[in-house]
Amino acid sequence: MLLKMKFNQQRRVRLAQGLWLLSWLAVMCGAFIFCLGVFLKIELLRRNEVMDNTEIHVVPNILMMVGLASIGTNWAATRVCQDSLDASRFPRWKVLLLAWFAVAAMLCCLLISVVVLSYALQGRLEESLKIGLRNGIRFYKDTDVPGRCFQKETIDHLQMEFRCCGNNNFRDWFEVQWVSGRYLDFTSKDVKDRIRSNVDGRYLLDGVPFSCCNPASPRPCLQNHLTDNTAHYNYDFQSEELNLYSRGCRQALIDYYMGLMNSTGPGVLSVILIQMSVLLSLRYLQTAVEGAMALEDPEGDSEGYLLQKGVKETLEDVKANVLTMLKFTQVDPTTDGESPEAADA
Amino acid sequence: MAVGQVTFTKADREKLAELLWLLNWISVLTGAMLFALGVFLKIEIQKWQEVMSDQEILHVPHMLMTTGVAACGINFLGGKICLDCADTNKFLRWKLVMIPYVVCTFFFTFCILVGALMCYSVSTQLEESLFLGLRNAMRFYKDTDTPGRCFLKTSLDLLQIHFHCCGNSGHQDWFKVQWVSNRYLDLSSSAVLDRLRSNVGGHFLMDSVPFSCCSTFSPRPCIQQQVSNSSAHFHYDKRSQLMNLWGRGCRQALLDHYTAIMTSIGVTVLLIWLFELLVLTGIRYLQTAMENVLRLGDEHLESHGWILEKSFAETARLNLNIMKNLGKCYQTEERQQDHNINTHGAGSVTRQH
Repeated sequence: MLLKMKFNQQRRVRLAQGLWLLSWLAVMCGAFIFCLGVFLKIELLRRNEVMDNTEIHVVPNILMMVGLASIGTNWAATRVCQDSLDASRFPRWKVLLLAWFAVAAMLCCLLISVVVLSYALQGRLEESLKIGLRNGIRFYKDTDVPGRCFQKETIDHLQMEFRCCGNNNFRDWFEVQWVSGRYLDFTSKDVKDRIRSNVDGRYLLDGVPFSCCNPASPRPCLQNHLTDNTAHYNYDFQSEELNLYSRGCRQALIDYYMGLMNSTGPGVLSVILIQMSVLLSLRYLQTAVEGAMALEDPEGDSEGYLLQKGVKETLEDVKANVLTMLKFTQVDPTTDGESPEAADA
Repeated sequence: MAVGQVTFTKADREKLAELLWLLNWISVLTGAMLFALGVFLKIEIQKWQEVMSDQEILHVPHMLMTTGVAACGINFLGGKICLDCADTNKFLRWKLVMIPYVVCTFFFTFCILVGALMCYSVSTQLEESLFLGLRNAMRFYKDTDTPGRCFLKTSLDLLQIHFHCCGNSGHQDWFKVQWVSNRYLDLSSSAVLDRLRSNVGGHFLMDSVPFSCCSTFSPRPCIQQQVSNSSAHFHYDKRSQLMNLWGRGCRQALLDHYTAIMTSIGVTVLLIWLFELLVLTGIRYLQTAMENVLRLGDEHLESHGWILEKSFAETARLNLNIMKNLGKCYQTEERQQDHNINTHGAGSVTRQH
């Protein structure tokens, strides 16, 4: 027997009561996990337009599923606790308890996988944001194209809210035409020079949109001719730090989402601990109550354990059971060969 | 005839005491809510207090916070009193305190009403304060190197971005103010000198606005310079001009924001006031019923409870007479000294003409 403990009637009653309370606590934790999943999903959906794919959504999806399953599972555990001290009502839970243990163990594994995934998917999130932001900056000027007309507003709000500029930094705006042709005077010499100065015929300038401006700068925002020191009085491009936001939006968003997931990490880990303790306590309660019901005196002392045999023997038993189950499903080749011969003969 | 007289049996008195105990504890919670509302309003006002010229609006959250704390204290005491009031022996302990307690509760309930009315009446004063505050903030926008004013630029930019507003009444307010500091102006350039000489005050004025006035909903990149000159930019028509910058003035935006907050707070405080009035009425009935029982001597008898022992007119007349008699004592003394009435026997001179 693995980790056996003696239980008298009073201890069994106390275990049942304590486990009932713990199970209700686990139900609250399940609701908390569900709400956490909903919150993360909403935060990811808000910035959906600057993300290229939705792979990171697997984290909040699993959290929501686990939350709902956990509420149901732990509510069932409370019903088991209520029935455990009543010898007439407890036997009907016998079959279900095996399934319950499997489901609870799976929920713990899923929660652990969520914690692992939230770190492992950081690279994919970064990739997704890189492509999404690049597209957003490219389509910034297309406020008259259906499907892209809100990119300008989205990027402006994003840059102002997260205090960032461009994909990696503000120079990303120099490589893209972000002023639409509708607002360019193509008869002007300056515009024609700029368009002819690059291969693709785009109107590129060393300027940024107004949403890159940093309000904490001591001087009014300089948006145009940023690389030209002579264009502005008392201006040095290399040493000017506060004029625009220095951070790139990709880094800002990654920091934000990683911060969110890191701060939920301890909460998820404590929920895993609570679920594990409910699982172990319920196993002890089950074995102790079953042991007591098998005695002549149901109120006498019984033993509670985690596994009837040791770990190795239990695993071999499980393997043997699984193989016999497979053998039943497989058709026996010898009997199959004999019956057609008998039919021929 | 007493005002609002009701007869109470012993069971009625006990039930009333229990109900009032519960209501007093609920009032402690509403008092805490009142305090929390005061704290919330104070934080909201302090967020943007740099653009307000005077801090008189802070009287409103301070009033709410003090009445909230007072509510918690008075109703906590009331809970204890009401629990004891069911039993006549225990009531004797509180007998002397009851009248002052009821009077205090009445005044405190009146203060809650004043707090609620203040929420609604502060709007004109707030507008005046915002007008002056925003005008000063715009004047000192460029002074990021002057101690005491160096963060006004950041505050004003963040205000305009957050509330989607520009200037005091509109974006034209920026045309009347020099918002570019001389440190960033090339004073040797003839263009700059022309501008400086073009107005009486010698300010560098232009029809441009800061970047924080730019509207994020405009379909074209923001135009900040030569905003009112439609020929200075390509394809810059009336519609583009309207959508380019935020149309609202910041004074109106802030006024709307604070009026909305204070209206909802005012409604909540009025509801709390009605609840407190209910508790006060219950306590008054319980006090009068218990006193009448003590007067009757037997606690199992029925007793009357009322709000006022006599009618409003009689009570008012009684109180006025008391106050008049207080004054009369001093008056008769004076008359004796003035007219030298012979009441003390030989030795005093009587005037006989």
